[in-house]
Amino acid sequence: MRISTAWLKDYLKLDIPADELAEKIERTAVEVDGVIRPDEGQKKVVVGHILTCDPHPDSDHLHVCSVDVGEDEPLQIVCGAPNVAAGQNVIVALPNSWIGNHTKIKKSKMRGVKSAGMICALDELGFDEKLVPKEVADGIFILPDDATPGDPVFGYLGMDDEIIDMSVTPNRGDMLSMNGTAHELAAIYDQTPTMPTVDLHEDESDDANDQLEVRVDADEHDVPMYKMRLIKNVTIKPSPLWLQIRIWNAGMRPINNVVDATNYVLMQYGQPLHAFDYDKLTNGHVNVRLAKAGEHLTTLDGEDRELLPTDLLICSDDTPICLAGTMGGLDTEVTAATTDIALEGAVFDAVKIRKTAHNHDLHSEASMRYERGIDHGMTETALNAAAAMIAELSGGTVANGVCVGRDEDVQPVTVQITLSKINHVLGTELSLDTVADIFKRLDFPTTLTGETYTVTVPSRRWDIHIPADLIEEVARLYGYDNLPATLPTGQPTIGKLNETQQIIRDSRKLMESAGLTQAISYSLTTEAKAKAFALHPSDVTKLDFPMSSERTTLRLSLVSGLLDDLAYNNARKEHNVALYEEGRVFYSQPEQVRPKEIEHIAGAITGSMVKKSWGVAEQPVDFYQIKGIVAGYLKSLALEAPVSYVATTAHPEMHPGRTANIFVGDQLVGFVGEIHPNTAKAYKVRETYVFELDLTALIALPKARQQYQPISKFPSITRDVAMLIDDTVTNADVVALINKKGGAHLQSVELFDVYNGSHVPSGKKSLAYTLTYRDQNATLVDDDVTAAFDKVLSALTEELGAEIR
Amino acid sequence: MSLQDRLTELRDQGLADIKSADVLKKVNQVKVDLLGKKGPITEVLRGMRDLAPEERPKVGAYANEVRDRLQNAIDQRREELEQAAVNKQLAAEKLDVTLPGREIPQGQPHVITQIITELEDLFMGMGYQIVDGDEVEEDYYNFERLNLPKDHPARDMQDTFYITKDVLLRTQTSADQPRSLENHDFSKGPLKVLSPGRVYRRDTDDATHSHQFHQIEGLVVDKHITMADLKGTLTLVANTLFGDQFDVRLRPSYFPFTEPSVEADVTCFNCNGKGCAICKQTGWIEVLGAGMVHPHVLEMSGIDPEVYGGFAFGLGPDRFAMLKYGVDDIRNFYLNDVRFLSQFYKKG
Repeated sequence: MRISTAWLKDYLKLDIPADELAEKIERTAVEVDGVIRPDEGQKKVVVGHILTCDPHPDSDHLHVCSVDVGEDEPLQIVCGAPNVAAGQNVIVALPNSWIGNHTKIKKSKMRGVKSAGMICALDELGFDEKLVPKEVADGIFILPDDATPGDPVFGYLGMDDEIIDMSVTPNRGDMLSMNGTAHELAAIYDQTPTMPTVDLHEDESDDANDQLEVRVDADEHDVPMYKMRLIKNVTIKPSPLWLQIRIWNAGMRPINNVVDATNYVLMQYGQPLHAFDYDKLTNGHVNVRLAKAGEHLTTLDGEDRELLPTDLLICSDDTPICLAGTMGGLDTEVTAATTDIALEGAVFDAVKIRKTAHNHDLHSEASMRYERGIDHGMTETALNAAAAMIAELSGGTVANGVCVGRDEDVQPVTVQITLSKINHVLGTELSLDTVADIFKRLDFPTTLTGETYTVTVPSRRWDIHIPADLIEEVARLYGYDNLPATLPTGQPTIGKLNETQQIIRDSRKLMESAGLTQAISYSLTTEAKAKAFALHPSDVTKLDFPMSSERTTLRLSLVSGLLDDLAYNNARKEHNVALYEEGRVFYSQPEQVRPKEIEHIAGAITGSMVKKSWGVAEQPVDFYQIKGIVAGYLKSLALEAPVSYVATTAHPEMHPGRTANIFVGDQLVGFVGEIHPNTAKAYKVRETYVFELDLTALIALPKARQQYQPISKFPSITRDVAMLIDDTVTNADVVALINKKGGAHLQSVELFDVYNGSHVPSGKKSLAYTLTYRDQNATLVDDDVTAAFDKVLSALTEELGAEIR
Repeated sequence: MSLQDRLTELRDQGLADIKSADVLKKVNQVKVDLLGKKGPITEVLRGMRDLAPEERPKVGAYANEVRDRLQNAIDQRREELEQAAVNKQLAAEKLDVTLPGREIPQGQPHVITQIITELEDLFMGMGYQIVDGDEVEEDYYNFERLNLPKDHPARDMQDTFYITKDVLLRTQTSADQPRSLENHDFSKGPLKVLSPGRVYRRDTDDATHSHQFHQIEGLVVDKHITMADLKGTLTLVANTLFGDQFDVRLRPSYFPFTEPSVEADVTCFNCNGKGCAICKQTGWIEVLGAGMVHPHVLEMSGIDPEVYGGFAFGLGPDRFAMLKYGVDDIRNFYLNDVRFLSQFYKKG
């Protein structure tokens, strides 16, 4: 809503700079986008009187004009506008003037003829094309005959106005009008506003209800009020300049005297009005109803629209003529030939109008106001004001009476609130008088009983109906700056992370310590990527109506997004990348409306984690490095059950020979490995190693009980074994067997060498382990250890076919 | 030559030999030669048998003095030579300490996580619990329970990703409010929660819009919570994130789930309130929305608004990070370019 400060002066004595006013509005009422000064940056633009206007000798459309600009000598100016003529008062940009859009005008020659300046159209003074009246859109603007040559032009065009551009929140629809804004400012500055009065003369010999029959078929909820007036014998013409100025400074285009009058009253009262060409109504019959499937209407913008059953319609003899509260129909538009006007003033349901505006993508000044609500108490007043104004501007007469399709008994709302409640909520110690004064400034009639205010809220503030609404009024007018700043008191509470949150936070730190940087990727991706790397099979969760094909489906894994991140980095020549992400994946649940949200933690590493430096070569990441990261992380979680890694070919996106499922006890909690070369190609990444862990599961798993183990005072004895063994036998097989046969004193088994190079026969590998024996309570005897060790050796030979070396 | 003279001669000769010994081996040799069992001093002492008894203690004392003197000289020389050897070795071992060390790779938290963590810690210090709501929420909780019935014009402010008619990706972490309210046992004290998390809006991604971003919602409900408490809390948030020297101002605004509703501006950290391009010459930067919990929201959660009241606030870590670090494109937060991520190394 654009508020002209010049117009505001009709209401209030405001000797306040516009910027200060804007700041006050912003601090007390609604957000302000800025102050518009139409003449800003423009200089030396004056009224000119065209003395002579002759065709240019070398052009078929240019004219050479002699223009009186209030100086001793007239200026010679070449003009290309089709409507230029001698005798006109026009806008002249003098030589070395500045006009709209930071343009400087200099003396020039046009086709050999000197031109000392420019005769301007409105858009050349920075007018938005949408605000320029259509009749002057293609030519220069003609100023009134009484304009004085040489005077700055800005005052004649309302360009010296300062316009406050407010961004009105949905609750403050009352401020989408001059009246509402004036009431607000009156409260802020403690003034009594001068509100507009209506001076309506009805032609008692001409009864509107004889000629216009209005019927509302829609229910009271959808159409609480519907009234019309009839104005006869109008002459359609452009509005006087003062009105055009108010219209364009309000951000609308002047059309003609009738439409401009309805828009003027719309801006004044916030009440949308619509003027129909009465002669186009069939039999003078008007009815209001919901649209039926399949009906069509061609609106004012020339669009043929298929109507929806939620659209409220104005009809004439049941033929649609207007989309209620949104846009009129082309057939009943007021044209130059119109003589009689049927003028509508109505209230429509906000939700219905919102739907219509949304469905037809038709957002108008009218629909915007109906959506936020309007003052039901002012509808008839506004209708009368517009009728009177049309009659005055067009020479018409207002027929006697209002044609009422539906009327509503509008009552003010009464709200009670106590002073202590106000102070309790605001944390203030306001006095009875302070609060009473605020209600008085708001012009809300109030009675005080004890400390209870009974506040009568006028219909113009339909946003107020509960005590909390009154508290807001008090707070904002008292001033938020004046509120004290304290912290909540009361019973103390403990603020700490719960176990899940603590483990998640610790997990992030552990990953970072291991050299992985945290990524936050998109949860929404393509269906294919959402399904990729899923730990368990699941249906996906898809958006009903996605914005783009790239973001349709909620992810089932984090690795998929991390690979996208790696690809982004690779494309920018960053080839050493180690990222992890902690976040949700979404498992669809057959019987539930919502998916199950599970915390995962995942990593992806490509290139080298070690920075190449002097004396340090890059070390391309491999399976065992990422496995080491995962193993170190899982160790820190202190899970009770043992962690095991089992080779798997179950993940089609992963390398079939370099991927392990990770189990805690017998519960699958994740996987680790190299991505399949085909996956790498599809995601446009290089050789990459990844892991994905179900963090929710890890958090839920039992943790090892922490208990001190006495440190043995007795020395340990170690034995090394090296063996040649079939390639198919895994380290896990060997370790399991050693542990099984190791005897009571075997403490640990450490792998210290793996070799499968040229010195071992094909199909074989060499493994070497250190076995450590220790007795907690006594010094071990060498012979006992040897006996236990021999048992291990023979088991390895017999059960795994190892050749001990 | 008297024995004393002999000893003096031996002493002087010995000291000269010690002084001239330039390697440890020579020092040791001097020691063996002079002080050994077959050395000249031992020999002198052996000659004391021939002295008069009254002479013996004198000569003996002198002999001991000479021996000690020589022993000290030897020790000192030895130490000198050892130290010289160490010094020589140290000199040879000198490194260029400006050469880079072998770094252990270190990752770092995402800048958004840094901001969330900082605020979590601040609020936990004031007794708030952290609540992690679901990202897929019911329309009922995301909107209706927050006083935003279907077809409410304020829904236009948040274009929504729906999964079904009734299920959506939460557009605001305020969606956690109703669940927190209905789950809280007020007999155990006030409700004080902070809900950080991802939210989603049906937006086309560009420099200032992202279909995914983050919010932190705070909610306090008790028997006596005031708007002044809200103002004090928001001031603390601004001071924590931007610094103590900044002011907070409140402006009226509108959120269906709070009444009164305010927006909070912080003094522009770039120009300190003088006016610049970042604050559009206003000296203030809008950083969060807040208000007193709407009585309807409390009622819908079965809480008596006559007895209880509270405040709620919501802020965007993405926006904070953009403001604080001058990030000019919100997409940077989700593309995970390592050259971007590695620029922020605060605590996580």
